[in-house]
Amino acid sequence: MSLYASGSQTVGPYLHIGLTWLNTARIAGPAVKGERVAIQGRLVDGDGAGVSDGLIEIWQANAEGKYAHPEDRQKKGLERGFRGFGRIPTDAKGNFRFSTIKPGRVPGRGGKLQAPHLSVTVFMRGLLKQLSTRVYFPGESANAQDPVLKLVPAPRRATLIARRKSKGVLEWNIVLQGKDETVFLDF
Amino acid sequence: MSKLHGYRRFHPGTQPEYDFPFYASTAKRHPTQPLVIVPQTLSELTGPVFGTDDLKPTDNDLTRQHKGDPIGERIIVSGRVLDENGRPMPHTLVEVWQANAAGRYPHKNDTHDAPMDPNFSGAGRTLTDAEGRYRFITIRPGEYPWRNHYNAWRPAHIHFSLFGSAFLTRLVTQMYFPGDPLLPYDPMYMSIPNEKARVRLISQFDWENTIPEQALGYRFDIVLRGREATPMDDSPGE
Repeated sequence: MSLYASGSQTVGPYLHIGLTWLNTARIAGPAVKGERVAIQGRLVDGDGAGVSDGLIEIWQANAEGKYAHPEDRQKKGLERGFRGFGRIPTDAKGNFRFSTIKPGRVPGRGGKLQAPHLSVTVFMRGLLKQLSTRVYFPGESANAQDPVLKLVPAPRRATLIARRKSKGVLEWNIVLQGKDETVFLDF
Repeated sequence: MSKLHGYRRFHPGTQPEYDFPFYASTAKRHPTQPLVIVPQTLSELTGPVFGTDDLKPTDNDLTRQHKGDPIGERIIVSGRVLDENGRPMPHTLVEVWQANAAGRYPHKNDTHDAPMDPNFSGAGRTLTDAEGRYRFITIRPGEYPWRNHYNAWRPAHIHFSLFGSAFLTRLVTQMYFPGDPLLPYDPMYMSIPNEKARVRLISQFDWENTIPEQALGYRFDIVLRGREATPMDDSPGE
């Protein structure tokens, strides 16, 4: 059997009505092990203006590199109550901020380990289908060998790597168009 | 250890382009560089899992979330969540939001001069059952004007948000109503290139789920990305 997939449609300007209930600005509670990190940034459009009606969703593994999902069959520990999911709306200026733990390395194709990363999905008015991207961590030696980063043209890789802002705080912006346009991924 | 099954790429024409001039807001909000195609890994083949603990009993009945009854025509929207292979997607989260019967959203940015309804918040969620079925009770949303082009009106619609079994099966879409004369004028609806795929976003009148003396039924099946028939050769076995 082969069915036509349902087409994606924009979340529109009133996305908050249906989606706010699941806002999760703190992805890892106190019982979750790992290095604490806050990530903040801005979602900006082609005019450099902040997108006030946007939303990002985060998906990540725990510090051992284990996803809270039945298809992750790695023999690694998983804290009770760790879902690994975040939903963070942008504010009136297009800013977003969330806190979590730095994930461990998870296997990629052929069992080769990937560098620590968060998967990110972007939604907003004016976007007919979601955009997918990743956030990598600064100063991480594994970045150089990461199988996904290596597929990104070298001059654009920096758009996927957060910058250290202060102790425990990283900055990572999502730029939709222009010189520093974020690399978006297609799986 | 069993290997991972990846997901097929979408059939051409079933999904909109990012840059779609008929929908004016895409102009400054679409990527101008090509997307970078990368392999599917455990990071994309897993995704958040939700359960009954995440929901309240009235979450799937938008007519019972306040003291009084909302104004409007009561309807039942139900259907199945399937993948492109026709397999049901069990226990997956379905979120909805919509305007009230007058075409007004309870949102600070909605300035349309239509009455608010204190008995209608316009949001719901549910989990599909073991066979991928879901069901909402709500009221039929109204059409409303917007400023995309001269005399622009959105057809009546309900926003749907779904997760499916992986982070890459995530889908946000909209459900439309059969026979709506505004559909051919609507950039969102018309952004789906393939006509058969476009029609999938229109619900069907559902006599069998219509409740006598109480509510009309509409059926809306949602199809998420389907898996490849064979496992990825070089998938991490474990």
